Amino acid sequence: MSNDLLEVDPIAGQGEIMEVSMGPHHPSTHGVFRMDVRLEGEKVVRLKPVFGYLHRNHEKIAEHGAYLAAIPYTDRLDYLCSMTNNWGYCLAVEKLAGITVPERAEYLRVIVAELTRFQNHAGLVGFLLQDMGASGTPLMYAFREREKVLDLFESLSGARMMCNYMRFGGLRVDATAAWLDEVRRLLPALPRFLDEFENLLRANEILMARTQGTGRLSRELAVSAGVTGPMLRASGVNYDVRKVDKYGIYDRFDFRVPLGDHGDVYDRYMMRILEMRETVKILEQALRGIPEGPIMDPKVRLRGLRPKAGEAYGRIESPKGELGFFLISDGTTNPYRYRVRPPSMINLTILEDMCLGQNIADVVVTLGSVDIVLGEVDR
Amino acid sequence: MSTLPPVEDIKAQIEAGVPGAVVTVVQNGSPSAQHSLLLGREHARDAALFLRDHAELRLDFCSLVTGVDWLDTETSEKVKVKKVVEGPDGTQQETEVEETRKTKIPGYLEAVYHLFSMEKKHGPVVIRVRTANRADYAHVPSLTPVWRSCEFQEREAFDLYGIVFDGHPDLRRILMWDGFADFPMRKDYVPPDDDALATVPHGKSPEVQA
Repeated sequence: MSNDLLEVDPIAGQGEIMEVSMGPHHPSTHGVFRMDVRLEGEKVVRLKPVFGYLHRNHEKIAEHGAYLAAIPYTDRLDYLCSMTNNWGYCLAVEKLAGITVPERAEYLRVIVAELTRFQNHAGLVGFLLQDMGASGTPLMYAFREREKVLDLFESLSGARMMCNYMRFGGLRVDATAAWLDEVRRLLPALPRFLDEFENLLRANEILMARTQGTGRLSRELAVSAGVTGPMLRASGVNYDVRKVDKYGIYDRFDFRVPLGDHGDVYDRYMMRILEMRETVKILEQALRGIPEGPIMDPKVRLRGLRPKAGEAYGRIESPKGELGFFLISDGTTNPYRYRVRPPSMINLTILEDMCLGQNIADVVVTLGSVDIVLGEVDR
Repeated sequence: MSTLPPVEDIKAQIEAGVPGAVVTVVQNGSPSAQHSLLLGREHARDAALFLRDHAELRLDFCSLVTGVDWLDTETSEKVKVKKVVEGPDGTQQETEVEETRKTKIPGYLEAVYHLFSMEKKHGPVVIRVRTANRADYAHVPSLTPVWRSCEFQEREAFDLYGIVFDGHPDLRRILMWDGFADFPMRKDYVPPDDDALATVPHGKSPEVQA
């Protein structure tokens, strides 16, 4: 957090430079996030993201507690996607301690993770359109669907957002047959929502004018800057951790990875829509294949887990990008080092590169297409 | 998807490709078996460039950068030493005496990088660079010129651990505020005792006394 922008250096031969501090309390910044923007007329000539307002040193808190104690805290990282956060952390602990997961638990993990992806993308698309001035309606349509998923999470885990559902070695509670039927009943409604959304918006003139060619990100810069998730694939790089690592049981499902071409906001918007369609496909296959059986490895000691001294890095494809956890064990009950790889924060690295030379109104749209959650950026 | 060669081979390739580079394999005892490569500070950036541009490795994606704080450790071992002792009858006798010898291993800070390849779809290769000591501002070379994704994460390691990355384009605090002086993720950090919300015993608050 620096104030060095206050010392304006005049740029010779050009117009008047204006400093604007966008945020931290601005509805389009999706939380307490600030951008120090330097403008020449309406054009952005410099932009520095400033964050840390929600910093609570999550990593230090986790290093002070047992391995089990960190799971509820991971819910609060990306508070829209607690299920995938749980999975990323549990995967890292499983790698560190060599724990296996029963088959039924793997299927349930895929089901809840894909439902999470659906509701995150639906919400993001709604917010993005809201940022563009489509007041209310698209967001309400998206939230109507998100609500159905959150109801399912509530009946499964007891909480709508802070689910605290997974454990290393399995899951906290089993899903009933009635719950699985609920999911099966919901599935046909999801493509209908997507069709409706696309009919309204795909060829919408205002949407296309505002997003096509806005916030371009080249393929080379995206790879070098470690951008992951739908944002990377919108720039045309075929990299999805579900396909590359095949963690869990993702090698059993037939799904495609949508790729963009231009790397602009429109492509990023379409990536989310297309990924939601693939998500529905994965859900159908998982619900068909889910077996009966235990949901927890009975040999795992949840309390007082003491992995051998060593380290492990586990990563998953969260809705925002590659979510990784890096753990170092010194043989005691607490992790010696606990580190989160936050996709939201790393995707912000190139925000300035995408916004330079654009109008200030497009900064809002570009930021909206990055999909950040400040609980994860600031940790 | 191609498979990576074992770390020993990567070490040999770096040593052959970067003249003068010192590379050590750090074994990992956990079942994940993600062994890592410790790079010497002088040649770390050249070695990183080599890993990025190598035709078969192509580690173009630096996923995770983080700091780790390793405190000073002391190992003690019992050694049997032969000593000449004066016996009870006044004669010189040679006996074996057990002594504890303590060796102090100085602590250091470590920057850990997890590298993957988006082109070849393999990874991770873990590389580590260590500082000389645990001083307040200990130096390692920045790898931001090699991978842009290190920019914010190295700033975070500087902010929370006090590792100074030489050659970083914009090394400022990122999560803590500018006036903050300490490095909160270090293992020996003691938080200040100034909690504004701490409860005050009845009758002891300044307003009551005044």
